[in-house]
Amino acid sequence: MSKFAKKKSGELPAVSTASLPDIVFMLLFFFMTVTVMKNSDVKVENVLPNASEIKKLEKKDRVITIYVGAPTREFQKVFGTESKIQLNDKFADASDVGDYILMERAKKPQELQNVLTTSLKVDKNANMGLIADIKQELRKVNALKVNYTTYEGDAFNNLK
Amino acid sequence: MPRRAGAPEVNAGSMADIAFLLLIFFLVTTTIETDAGLDRMLPPIEPPETDVVIKEKNIFQVNINKNGQLLADGELIELKDLRTKAMAFLENNGDGSCNYCQSGKKDPSSSDNPTKAIISLKNDRETKYGTYITVQNELVGAYNDLRDRESERLYKRPFTAMESEYIKQETPASVKEELKEKITKIQEMFPQKLSEAETSSSGGS
Repeated sequence: MSKFAKKKSGELPAVSTASLPDIVFMLLFFFMTVTVMKNSDVKVENVLPNASEIKKLEKKDRVITIYVGAPTREFQKVFGTESKIQLNDKFADASDVGDYILMERAKKPQELQNVLTTSLKVDKNANMGLIADIKQELRKVNALKVNYTTYEGDAFNNLK
Repeated sequence: MPRRAGAPEVNAGSMADIAFLLLIFFLVTTTIETDAGLDRMLPPIEPPETDVVIKEKNIFQVNINKNGQLLADGELIELKDLRTKAMAFLENNGDGSCNYCQSGKKDPSSSDNPTKAIISLKNDRETKYGTYITVQNELVGAYNDLRDRESERLYKRPFTAMESEYIKQETPASVKEELKEKITKIQEMFPQKLSEAETSSSGGS
């Protein structure tokens, strides 16, 4: 009866790893598609304040970002320690903000041009004077929707 | 020598390793983050054609000076008391026309009703941005607290939760439609009239 002899059941069959590359590739493609490479270095100190009553900024293609803060250490020799505005990757004056907004707005598709939000990423130690100048410029170009971008947290931490 | 059947097969055993390497690279560089913050509307630059006369008592004046001190309606207050102060002002219900105000003191020298109440925020040029955001946060919080309460009463759901569901992209259009109606209803009950006047320059320093 050697035909029906039982197979020896001493060792477990090895788990096939042939589909492992497929799984890994799937994950790889997922992360490749969701990765957004940062297109501009932040050249200013940018510790945002905390706030609790925040709303999320969905739809990244409708956002124009302006950074404000004191230049980081490597730029302090050239630009000093006073708060500066950073547009794209250049330092700028408040008077350039209007042009920048108009330029960015022109780059967006027609149907989005009226629904853009300006995200102000301002260091918590910056002075309001500069922000007031920016707000004035934004009003001049009719970019009235602003979002004071913050971290989520207790707002009273800002005072420490 | 007989000819071999075909080209020799390439060993694909190390493909997984290469893929892993790439995977780890992208894992490390990915930041899945959505920015969040306080949404505000700036006033349009051209002044309204008709001058609107607003009664003094309907304005809640908040002033921040360069040291971060707070002056609300003429008295010096602590930042943590601002929210309750603002809520009391909004809900004052001086003319008795607001039937959903719960703790209205009906003080004749404070606001008539929530739809008329205006909060005006002024700050110095040397005010710290952090302080300004805290004040903004408290004022928006005062509105949100009141709206949440009414929303809880009418729809058994906080207003802020409805709003965040509304702006989410994944929410289906039919749900959005329904939410929008509720949101506008609540917004009409407590319209957010938060005016940001132009900053004053610090005098005398």
